[in-house]
Amino acid sequence: MGKLNLNRTAMPKQDPRERVLNCNEVALGYTQEQAIMEAERCIQCKKPLCIEGCPVEIDIPAFIKLIAEGDFQGSIRKMKEKNVLPAICGRVCPQEEQCEKVCILEKKGAPIAIGRLERFIADWEAAQGAIEIPPSKPSTGRKVAVVGSGPAGLTVASDLVQLGHKVTMFEALHEPGGVLIYGIPEFRLPKAIVKREVEYVQKLGVELKLNAVIGKIATVDELLEEYDAVFIGTGAGLPWFMGIPGENLNGVYSANEYLTRANLMKAYRFPEFDTPIIKGNRVATIGGGNVAMDSARTALRLGAKESMVIYRRSRQEMPAREEEIENAEEEGVVFNFLTNPVAYHGDEQNWLREMECIRMELGEPDASGRRRPVPIEGSNYRTSIDVVVVAIGNSPNPLIPQTTPGLECSKWGNIKADEGTGKTSQRGVFAGGDIVTGAATVILAMGAGRKAANAIDEYLRTGIW
Amino acid sequence: MNKILKKLELAPGIKLFEVDVPEVAAKALPGHFVIVRNSDRGERIPLTIADTDKSRGVITLIFQEVGKSTLELGLFREGDNLPCVVGPLGKPSEIEKFGTVVCIGGGVGVAPIFPIIKGLKAAGNRVLSIIGARNKELLILENEVRMYSDETYVTTDDGSYGTKGFVCDQLGSLLTNETNIDRVVAIGPSIMMKAVAEMTRPYKIPTIVSLNSIMVDGTGMCGACRVEVGGETKFTCVDGPEFDGHLVDFEMLMKRLSMYSSQEKKALDDYKGKI
Ligand SMILES: Cc1cc2nc3c(=O)[nH]c(=O)nc-3n(C[C@H](O)[C@H](O)[C@H](O)COP(=O)(O)OP(=O)(O)OC[C@H]3O[C@@H](n4cnc5c(N)ncnc54)[C@H](O)[C@@H]3O)c2cc1C
Ligand SMILES: Cc1cc2nc3c(=O)[nH]c(=O)nc-3n(C[C@H](O)[C@H](O)[C@H](O)COP(=O)(O)OP(=O)(O)OC[C@H]3O[C@@H](n4cnc5c(N)ncnc54)[C@H](O)[C@@H]3O)c2cc1C
Ligand code: SF4
Ligand code: SF4
Ligand code: FES
Repeated sequence: MGKLNLNRTAMPKQDPRERVLNCNEVALGYTQEQAIMEAERCIQCKKPLCIEGCPVEIDIPAFIKLIAEGDFQGSIRKMKEKNVLPAICGRVCPQEEQCEKVCILEKKGAPIAIGRLERFIADWEAAQGAIEIPPSKPSTGRKVAVVGSGPAGLTVASDLVQLGHKVTMFEALHEPGGVLIYGIPEFRLPKAIVKREVEYVQKLGVELKLNAVIGKIATVDELLEEYDAVFIGTGAGLPWFMGIPGENLNGVYSANEYLTRANLMKAYRFPEFDTPIIKGNRVATIGGGNVAMDSARTALRLGAKESMVIYRRSRQEMPAREEEIENAEEEGVVFNFLTNPVAYHGDEQNWLREMECIRMELGEPDASGRRRPVPIEGSNYRTSIDVVVVAIGNSPNPLIPQTTPGLECSKWGNIKADEGTGKTSQRGVFAGGDIVTGAATVILAMGAGRKAANAIDEYLRTGIW
Repeated sequence: MNKILKKLELAPGIKLFEVDVPEVAAKALPGHFVIVRNSDRGERIPLTIADTDKSRGVITLIFQEVGKSTLELGLFREGDNLPCVVGPLGKPSEIEKFGTVVCIGGGVGVAPIFPIIKGLKAAGNRVLSIIGARNKELLILENEVRMYSDETYVTTDDGSYGTKGFVCDQLGSLLTNETNIDRVVAIGPSIMMKAVAEMTRPYKIPTIVSLNSIMVDGTGMCGACRVEVGGETKFTCVDGPEFDGHLVDFEMLMKRLSMYSSQEKKALDDYKGKI
C-alpha cells in the first residue's frame, strides 16, 4: 500500500447555479479512476473499525479491496451479501456519523469515502445491464407478509426470500420504496435508482402488492391466518404542526405533503402530471433536519426566488447532514437561525400572506443535551411570505396500531419491538424501522430489518417465540 | 384487476362505474371511500363507495365530471381496467338504531348518502330522505333512495321536478312538523352542509356531515386533508370523512377547497384543448 494517502478523492457535483434549474442529481459520482484512487487509500486494517460503524455490518475493507484491484463484479457481490440497497445507502447514509466516523483515517481528517465507493460500485453494476441474482435456498414452504416497502420492509423481504421463505410485501401507495420514493427528492436520490433496487428485490422472488392498505383490506390478525409471520415496517404517519395560529392557511404545507406532491406525484411537472403544487416566490421552511433541507432545496427547483430555513437553534445544533447543509447554502438557501415562527397571517380568502417570527437565544441544556432555545420577548417581526413548509417531524403511522388490538405501543403510537429481534408483544408479529424508533435513517431501518429477518427465520424454523 | 364491469351515465356529467375489486368490496362499509388514479401521471382522486355487492366483489362509484381528472376518468369504458383503486379508506359511518333519521343528499352527494340510507334502514331506523338537484335532469338515484326510505322528498332548484327549492327548505318544514328527529346526516356541497348544520343547531339535533377536503395519499401521511372541527385540526382521511356538522369550520373548508383553482382551470383548459 505504501505511504498513507490523506487526500480524500472529491466527488464531482453539478454547478450550484445550474442545478437549481433542474431536478437532476446534484452529486455525479466517481469515475472508475477516481474510485480506484480512493479505494487504494484504504489501509485494510486488521481490525477494521469501520465495520462496527455500519448498522448492517458490510465487510467494508473487503469490498474496497476488490475495487482497488479492479474486480468490480467481485466487489458488488461482496457488498450484496450484507446490503441489498447499496446505490441508495451510498447516497443517503449519514456516513460521516457512521462508518466514516470510525474509520481509522478519520483521526487524520481523511476517512475513506466509503459511501461514495459504495455508490460507485452499485452504479457500476447497474451500468452493466445484467444484474446478478444470487441463488436462494430451497423453499421452506413458509409464508411471510411484509407490510410497507420502505427500506425496512425491502430488507426483511429480500433476506427472507433468499432463505427460502415465500414473501409477499404490501404497500399502501401506488409506488414502492416508502420515503425513498415519496420523500427524498430526485436531486438527491434519483427515482430510477429506487425502482432499480426494488426490481432487484422482486427478482429475488418477493411478491409485491401495491395499493394494498393493511388494516383496511386485511388486518394483521387476518394476515396471520394466511401467513406464518408478519413484519410491520409502516414508517411515518401524520405530520406534526406547531399548534400556532394560521397553520391551516392556504399555502402552509407539511413537509410530507410538499415533498409527496413534488416527488411521488411529480407536481414539478404539472400540468403534464395532474397533481398541482403552490410554487410561490418567497418560501420558508421550518426545521433543521434533512427533511427541511430537502424542502428548502425543492422550493428553489420549483422556482422560488427566495428560499429560507427558519430554525430555532443555531447551525451547530442542526440535525441535517453537513453535506446537505452545504449543498443548500451553495444553492442560495438563506438560513435564519435562532428564530421561530409564532403565527401566520392570512387574507380574507384564507391565503397565507405573512409569517410572524420571534428571535431566540440559547439557554440551559435540555434533556437532549442541546441548549434549549428561549424566545427573546418583544423581538417579534413580520415578513411577507407565499409558502411555508413545516418540517418538524411526524407521528408514527396509526393504521396498524389502530387495527391490531394485541399490539403494544408507546404512548406516542410507536410499536414496541425488541431491539435485537424486532419481536412485538404479539406472537408471530415483528416490527422495525421508523414505526418503532420514530424518524431515524435509511440504514437503521435496514439494520432493524436485517435483525428481524434473522429472528423471523429462526421463529419459522423452530416455532419458538 | 379493477375492471369496470358496468358504466352508466346517470345524468349529464354524472357517471356510474361498477368496479371489480373483491378485496375492497369485502371490507367496504357505508361511509368508506377509495382513491382512484387514471394513469401513472394521474392525481389520486378520492371517491365514496356508493354501493357494494359483496357476493360479486363489486363496488359502485358515482362521480361528477368537474375537472381534468374526473373528466378523464369518465372516458374509461366498460371492460377497461382502472390503473389503481385503493381502499376502503376513512372511518365508516356510525350505523346504529337512532330512531328517526333525516338523510339529506344534494347534487352528486346523493351518491355517498345512499349507502348510509341503506345501512340506517337495515339497522331499524325510520329514514326520511331529502334529495335534491339543480334540475330534474341532474337528479340521481331517486328510485334507489325511495326503496330504502320511509319517506322521500325531492327538491329541484328550478322546480322542474318535486318541490321547487333547496333541500334545506324541505328540512325546514320537517323540523317544524316532525317532533322527534333523532339525527340528521347531510352530504353535498359544503355550502349546503353548512346551511343544514345551521338549521339543526337550535334544535340540538346531532348532525353529521361528510367533508370532501383535498387529499393526496388518503392514508394519514401527508396532512393535506386537514380541517378544523371544534377549533381543533383534524385529518379528513383518517379522522373522518364524517364529522359533527355543528363543530366544522365550513368557511375554512371552502377556502381550502379553492386552493388550486387557478391550476385546476389551467389543467382543464389544456385537457379540453387536447380532446
Ligand atoms: C424528506 C426526508 C429525507 C430524509 N433523508 C434521509 C437521509 O438523507 N438519510 C437517511 O438515512 N435517512 C433520511 N430520511 C429518513 C429515512 O428515509 C427513514 O428513516 C426511512 O425511510 C424509514 O424506513 P421505514 O422502512 O421504516 O419506513 P418508510 O420509508 O416510511 O416506509 C414505510 C412504507 O410503509 C407504507 N405503509 C404505511 N402504512 C401501511 C399500511 N397500513 N399498509 C401497507 N403499507 C403501509 C408506506 O406507504 C411506506 O411506503 C429522510 C426522511 C425524509 C422524510
Ligand atoms: C372523501 C371524499 C369523497 C368524495 N366522493 C366523491 C364522490 O363520490 N363523487 C364525486 O363526484 N366526487 C367525490 N369527491 C370529490 C372528488 O374527489 C373531486 O371532485 C375530484 O378530486 C376533482 O378532481 P378534478 O381534477 O376532476 O377536478 P379539479 O378541477 O381538480 O377540482 C374540482 C374541485 O374538486 C376539488 N378537488 C380537487 N382536487 C381534489 C383532491 N385531490 N381531493 C379532493 N377534492 C379535490 C377542488 O376543491 C375543486 O373545487 C370526494 C372527495 C372526498 C375528499
Ligand atoms: S451502508 Fe451506510 S453505514 Fe454501512 S458502509 Fe454503507 S454508507 Fe457506511
Ligand atoms: S477503518 Fe478505514 S482504513 Fe481501515 S479498513 Fe476500514 S475503511 Fe479501510
Ligand atoms: S390525505 Fe394525506 S393525510 Fe389525509
